[in-house]
Amino acid sequence: MTHHDPAHIRAARSQAISVASAVSLYGLSFGALAVISGFSVWQTVVLSLFMFSGASQFAFVGVMASGGLAAGWAAVASAGLLGARNGLYSLRMSPIVGPGWLKRLAAAQLTVDESTAVGSGQPSLAGNKTGFWWTAILLYTGWNAMTLVGALLGDVLGDVRTWGLDAAAAAAFLGLLWPRLNRGEPIAVGLGAGVLTLLLVPVLPAGVPIVVVAAVTIAVALYRHRVSPERPPREEVS
Amino acid sequence: MDPLWMFVLAASLSVFLIKLLGYLLPQKLLEGPAISRVAGLVTVALLASLVASQTLGEGSGIGVDARIPAVAVAGVLLWLRAPFIVVIIVAAAVAALLRFLGWMP
Repeated sequence: MTHHDPAHIRAARSQAISVASAVSLYGLSFGALAVISGFSVWQTVVLSLFMFSGASQFAFVGVMASGGLAAGWAAVASAGLLGARNGLYSLRMSPIVGPGWLKRLAAAQLTVDESTAVGSGQPSLAGNKTGFWWTAILLYTGWNAMTLVGALLGDVLGDVRTWGLDAAAAAAFLGLLWPRLNRGEPIAVGLGAGVLTLLLVPVLPAGVPIVVVAAVTIAVALYRHRVSPERPPREEVS
Repeated sequence: MDPLWMFVLAASLSVFLIKLLGYLLPQKLLEGPAISRVAGLVTVALLASLVASQTLGEGSGIGVDARIPAVAVAGVLLWLRAPFIVVIIVAAAVAALLRFLGWMP
């Protein structure tokens, strides 16, 4: 577990530590935003413990904050749709995690952008295992700890707008989006989705536009795939 | 049951079940390029939609306020490869400062 390990294991571990510590800090802003949006500290902590997928958590809280309880199912749908990519990550990590149902159950909860990226980017199977589990466990611990700290801070902070936390939420989504805008196709889809959202927001109830945008994107992507079935780069993991 | 709790648990469960599904389904599903292409683009579209609605949405309409310059600064910082947490803190600070000075709502 220390300096006796081969270099590629140590490399995977240090990558895991740097990714997990950087991303965990971001749990602070989730915790504060959720509490300020009207969730209790307990609900905020439960979201990080059980949902554990940053983009889905922010989307859920954001849609609920803008639409209230009436937007509840739209918020659930947004979280689920944004979590859909985790299912693909699970398929990819499945052979790396290996057999054992308890281990696979734990791995399922911990399969997110970061653990998949580190856990599938190593030169050996042992490196992949190390990268996945170290990132997963460190990030789960750090993300939840930082969520609690943020939630307690948010309780003290009060108004979202005074501290610019509404802008922080928008910037957070931009930060999640940024690394995915690496080719022409996602850039075009991103612009189209943004414009469509702004057209729909004034005419549809809160939370519904994002679900429509998802449906339109699925239709457009399937159509484009039939017209030009290019194989996308496998690394859509950020 | 408090409806807010119900939504919290329903959303958490749905996100977990999607993750679990990948460990239950046969591996060869990943081979279909259509699925991974669509999933990648849907993620991009949803995040872009959230950027737009969180930057400009106000109640049930569109509103222009201090969030716009804040998000623009965030974009520049991301382009300069600034760390995530720095981007978020600076964006919040820009909006808070513009409001404190009374320059923008």
